Amino acid sequence: MRPFLLSLATAVLLALAALCPAPALAQGAAEILTANRALIEKPTRAKIAPVIAALAESGDPLAATVLAAWAEKGLGLRKADGAFFLIDRSGDGWALRGLDGADAGMAARSDIMELRPNAGVRGLIATALVQFTLSDPDPARRAGAVESIARDPSADHLEPLRASLETEADPALLSQKARLERLLTLRFDPDPAARVAAIEGFGADLGLDLRAALNPLLATTRMAFAGDPPEGANVARMLVPGRDLTGGEAYDLLVAAGMAPARLTVEEARAALLANIVDGAVGGVPVADLGTQAARERAYTALETAGTVPQAATDAEVEAAIAAHRFAEVYAEPDAAVTTAAKAALDAIGMKVGAMQAADLALDAVSLASIYFLAAIGLAITFGVMRVINMAHGEFIMMGAYTGYVVQLFIADYTLSILVALPLAFAVTFAAGVAMERLVIRHLYKRPLETLLATFGISIALQQIAKNVFGTQARPLTAPAWLDGALTFNDVVSISYIRIAIFVLALVFLLFFLWLMRRTRLGLEVRAVTQNPSMAASMGINPDRINMLTFGLGSGIAGIAGVAIGLYAKVTSELGSDYIVQSFMTVVVGGVGNIWGTLAGAALIGVLQKGIEWLNPSNTLAAQTYMILFIILFIQFRPRGIIALKGRAAGD
Amino acid sequence: MNGLKGMMLGGAMGMALAGAALAQEDTIKVGVLHSLSGTMAISETTLKDTVLMMIEEQNKKGGLLGKKLEAVVVDPASDWPLFAEKARELITVSDVDVIFGCWTSVSRKSVLPVIEESNGLLFYPVQYEGEESSKNVFYTGAAPNQQAIPAVDYYLEELGVEKFALLGTDYVYPRTTNNILESYLISKGIAKEDIFVNYTPFGHSDWSKIVSDVVALGADGKKVGVISTINGDANIGFYKELAAAGVSADKIPVVAFSVGEEELAGLDTTNLVGHLAAWNYFQSAETPENAEFIKTWHAFIGDEARTTNDPMEATYIGFKMWAQAVEKAGTTDVDPVREAMYGQEVANLTGGTATMLPNHHLTKPVLIGEIRDDGQFDIISQTEPVAGDAWTDFLPESAVLEADWPGLGCGMYNSETKTCVQLKSNY
Amino acid sequence: MTRQTFVERSFLAKNPSVLWFILILALFTLGVTVLSEAYGVAFLSTSFVKTLGKTLCLCLVALAMDLIWGYAGILSLGHMAFFALGGYGLGMWLMYARTEEIVVAALAQGGLPATPEEVRQGIAVQIFGVVGASEFPPIWAFAHSFWAQMALVVLVPGGLALVFGWLAFRSRVTGVYLSILTQAMTLALALYLFQNDSGLRGNNGLSGLQNLPGLGDVSQDALSVWFFWASAFALGAGYVLLAWVVSGKFGSVIRAIRDDEQRVRFLGYSVEGYKLFVFTLTAVIAAIAGALYYPQAGIINPAELAPIASIYLAVWVAIGGRGRLYGAVIGAAFVSLLSSWFTGGRAPSVPLGFYTVNWVDWWLVLLGLSFVAVTLFAPKGMGGLFDLWAGVRSPDRKGAALGPDDGALMEREAKE
Repeated sequence: MRPFLLSLATAVLLALAALCPAPALAQGAAEILTANRALIEKPTRAKIAPVIAALAESGDPLAATVLAAWAEKGLGLRKADGAFFLIDRSGDGWALRGLDGADAGMAARSDIMELRPNAGVRGLIATALVQFTLSDPDPARRAGAVESIARDPSADHLEPLRASLETEADPALLSQKARLERLLTLRFDPDPAARVAAIEGFGADLGLDLRAALNPLLATTRMAFAGDPPEGANVARMLVPGRDLTGGEAYDLLVAAGMAPARLTVEEARAALLANIVDGAVGGVPVADLGTQAARERAYTALETAGTVPQAATDAEVEAAIAAHRFAEVYAEPDAAVTTAAKAALDAIGMKVGAMQAADLALDAVSLASIYFLAAIGLAITFGVMRVINMAHGEFIMMGAYTGYVVQLFIADYTLSILVALPLAFAVTFAAGVAMERLVIRHLYKRPLETLLATFGISIALQQIAKNVFGTQARPLTAPAWLDGALTFNDVVSISYIRIAIFVLALVFLLFFLWLMRRTRLGLEVRAVTQNPSMAASMGINPDRINMLTFGLGSGIAGIAGVAIGLYAKVTSELGSDYIVQSFMTVVVGGVGNIWGTLAGAALIGVLQKGIEWLNPSNTLAAQTYMILFIILFIQFRPRGIIALKGRAAGD
Repeated sequence: MNGLKGMMLGGAMGMALAGAALAQEDTIKVGVLHSLSGTMAISETTLKDTVLMMIEEQNKKGGLLGKKLEAVVVDPASDWPLFAEKARELITVSDVDVIFGCWTSVSRKSVLPVIEESNGLLFYPVQYEGEESSKNVFYTGAAPNQQAIPAVDYYLEELGVEKFALLGTDYVYPRTTNNILESYLISKGIAKEDIFVNYTPFGHSDWSKIVSDVVALGADGKKVGVISTINGDANIGFYKELAAAGVSADKIPVVAFSVGEEELAGLDTTNLVGHLAAWNYFQSAETPENAEFIKTWHAFIGDEARTTNDPMEATYIGFKMWAQAVEKAGTTDVDPVREAMYGQEVANLTGGTATMLPNHHLTKPVLIGEIRDDGQFDIISQTEPVAGDAWTDFLPESAVLEADWPGLGCGMYNSETKTCVQLKSNY
Repeated sequence: MTRQTFVERSFLAKNPSVLWFILILALFTLGVTVLSEAYGVAFLSTSFVKTLGKTLCLCLVALAMDLIWGYAGILSLGHMAFFALGGYGLGMWLMYARTEEIVVAALAQGGLPATPEEVRQGIAVQIFGVVGASEFPPIWAFAHSFWAQMALVVLVPGGLALVFGWLAFRSRVTGVYLSILTQAMTLALALYLFQNDSGLRGNNGLSGLQNLPGLGDVSQDALSVWFFWASAFALGAGYVLLAWVVSGKFGSVIRAIRDDEQRVRFLGYSVEGYKLFVFTLTAVIAAIAGALYYPQAGIINPAELAPIASIYLAVWVAIGGRGRLYGAVIGAAFVSLLSSWFTGGRAPSVPLGFYTVNWVDWWLVLLGLSFVAVTLFAPKGMGGLFDLWAGVRSPDRKGAALGPDDGALMEREAKE
């Protein structure tokens, strides 16, 4: 126990004790624990608060340690005698220490009950600990305290926080604390002027925490009243029935406020009719005729006139009641100056947030486009350049991803394993592609439809083999730690590093492809063989070799794409089939035989999908459906894609 | 020519089927209807092994009614129509006395008409969306009030969540569960605007926008919690994106209803510590029964690393109950066994007792676990046993319905009009 | 009149296989009936009769696939979508009518006679309760009427095929592009149906289709045979119709389109019109096959529309033999029955000592590879065996190509 903390805690506790004459003061931490054993064994947030408060206010120097240990699942209870210990896992059992830190030997697993407070209780403990830790010498603890206040702000924290500002040495923490103090001020300061000043001090800040502090100030409720708004109500706006709210909603408000009788529901009417069947008729209408809604209403009206059932509000009465009242949205916050300032601030922020959201959406779209591009670039070679339909392309992507998984089984270091996996995935799928070209596709160059089906056969077989070898459960492919997390511009715009890496990879492949096709001998020969194989052959190019290499290259790139896709999503045997249709569409939409076309296709699909998702955020499936529909229509009207080849290169 | 070929083949297969029916008569046949191939194989194969293990254990104890048990295993191959076909085969051709099977709701709905028509007996071991009580099915998994509702209560009471994101895969279980939760939350005073719902396809992988939508929910200062009914593989991308976006369990907790020990095996859980799952069973439960069960399982499967999970416990309870009911009824005929099932008690693996209710559901405790870094769960909350409710009280259409087979002889009884809506189930 | 008889005579004379086919199908139907549980010696179990009935429906859709691919050279990867749409069409009526019976019976106990609104509301709750809705979506507007819904079984897939085909053929999308496009259409349709908002119960699909409304007392044993008869009749009728379609001048034109589309266009034929007709006709046949199939399967859901299903359809036709109708039937029957045998867990495992080949796991590998083998080594498929038997041999063309997609072309046709 650090003496500094001790004295500080004691000082704070004494101050608190002076404020509230709690009887718990006399007790030590251990006694409090023992007295509340049942509650502590199974704590709930609703009931444990007094125990935590008692501990915090006990004045026992051990209280802070006990609370901290409890929150960190380091407190245990000996089942035999109900004694509490600080516990640490040690081999198969527990290493025990007394609450004062003195070693208390070992205990078997089953003798000790490990106390596991839930997150809600841990939050309460953290809040109680704030008073001890806000000025703790350990910066990590101070940061924890700040975080705890930010998570669950309350008026009580304002003063201690302000007090701790002066002693804060760490500049980063200081700025955090200062911001937090402003946020607490705008919510809890007793002086409205200070609150307005705090609100205006932020300007159009994009922080989520600011909006989280401002929005509750503007929370409204709807209310109905006759005549003028009640005294002291901070009216946000008046509501006109028919324009701002429906007549039904307006009447429901009146009913809820007890200012009008409830309307009759169909079920109630039915029950009333059933209860009043007399001699096979209700209100003079025979039961057999009650098979229509009109007849039932007639019968009910007859009952109403007879006085056997209560009067239900008729439509005319409802309208009259609505007309006789006024409706308004009223702020929960009574001070109009504060709400006006908050509204102005939020409006300013709202504009900026809208722009930032658009930017975030654009980033997402670019990221998705780069994933589609990466999945499709191999196809851009095999299908776009060679015009070979390879339905097993998706399975090459899958093979790449599984290669990454297998490499990680052998190489524990994630960075190293990815560096090994990328070229290895290329090698594996290059070999598979070459084998497939030699064994199958070579014989089918003149029968493109059958290439499609034969490669589909291979795709089915490969997928099933993967299932048999690796199982259907998804396999982990973990990114190195330096790809964890996200690049955060502000609280709205952020993108994960892994997606940036995929983007970079896609860019690298784009450049590689351009270089290969335009600047190398191989590229020249590939283009020659594609445009006119017999002429190329007479120039001394071996078309067989070129076809084989090109196909292998396209497949190899698919393998690398597989590692990347596996890193950001999952590795399953169905990984490839998830991407195959989209990949083909990317190539076809963009325009076959042109890498820029593929890029344009991927961009179109990415932007389109994100755009539709934005329009209908609750249904991602719909976005995919409409995206495909759009593409089908697009191809109908522009069958050669966005960038169509012209002239001789276009082939047929 | 083709017709002849078809007939010959048909004859051969028909004989194969007839041959199966003539097999030994002195055993009790137990049908196992779990997919051994296709997408569901990974989950369902485990349950097939569980049933086989239970049968082996029972035979070691001398079988039932002096007869040995014999498993008849078929493979419906994750193909829903095939479930119906195989169920018919099991009942009419193989003459099984009971079937343990199905995982997905759609497979159960596919089997229901067949089971009801031929008066079979099915034990269904997976948590599901409720809204059903068939005379011929015993539901040993959790109904929504035994998993979803307590988890939401935990959010409301323990974590103080005020704003909910209901994320699910687009199929019946998430849809119905989310519907129930939505009306429940509204009844608890949560405004409709504070409930964000999103559905994604099976195997979805592009989660960045949805995760940022969820983070943005925090903008109005309310504590946000995610309730995930995301199924299977899609969880991997989801949790990876959560981790990348720095969403910790303290900031935005996620409680999942379809993520158990087995699903976590595909993930590095260090970034997920503290996120939650709600089940009726966790492998980490510390009871002697559970220790015994895990030991038997590891011995049976021959792999110490294999995890156990909630549907396995449900299968275990279902099998034990059926065995007890058969002993009590003194026969394996469906109707007497069904009568004998009501009120049967079996000790839960997590403590307490499971009792079979008149609505064919069980009483079960609800457990909430926090993900640990070793892929297991810390049980942080365990309720008293909750009685399973076939028809939820939180949807207006269902609130008036109840199921009581021994008392009312009806699985869909409208307590308002005092009529039995239908004897067969909705398919 | 005389022309009519001429066509008829020449049609049967040119297609002796039609008579054989009808005869064998009739014998097969009779045989199954005699062996069934309901009307015979109960040698075949009801579930197996259902399997056979379903197989006949698959043969019918394979026939349609053969016309569009084997004869017209359009590899459509969307015909299983039309098949499923037909199933959905009939399924909607089946579900509605059966639920209506239940709801009316339940409401009749309620004391008051039910209003039409209450009945409709009751049906909606029963059908859509499972997906958490209680309103009828607009697409169910005709579900209450048997005849309207029957018309939709044909009109919806036919209309979709007409619109899609018109767009695609008009803009000259051909070959593999068309295949990819049809596959995209299938995927879009499947994704759409997977949504709960589609109004067709999303992933759950329509279930309980094996129970016919108004026939609650008829056992499944009898129903299965009825459906078997219906399927056999549909298959027979479809075979005759398609054989007639491909035998005349029309058949020659579509084969010519397959072999060289440009040349046919230059000869003055409306290539697009022919293609569109074939595409729509086959879509309708597929839809009828689907409408007969799903009541026997009992449940239809969007998984049935997965793009892979249409590819399997192409696989059946290719293995059976393209460009001959009986080939498609043989392929569909053989592969689908073999497939259910292998996946049924009854095929004996093959122990290799170090590894046991479990057919449940390895059947798909075998299927995929055998498909590669058929494409490479036996483009005529199993139907080629008949050529061997009949002594028809391919000419030695000394390597010259017969057409752009010559694997599909048969020599006998070339001679005509």
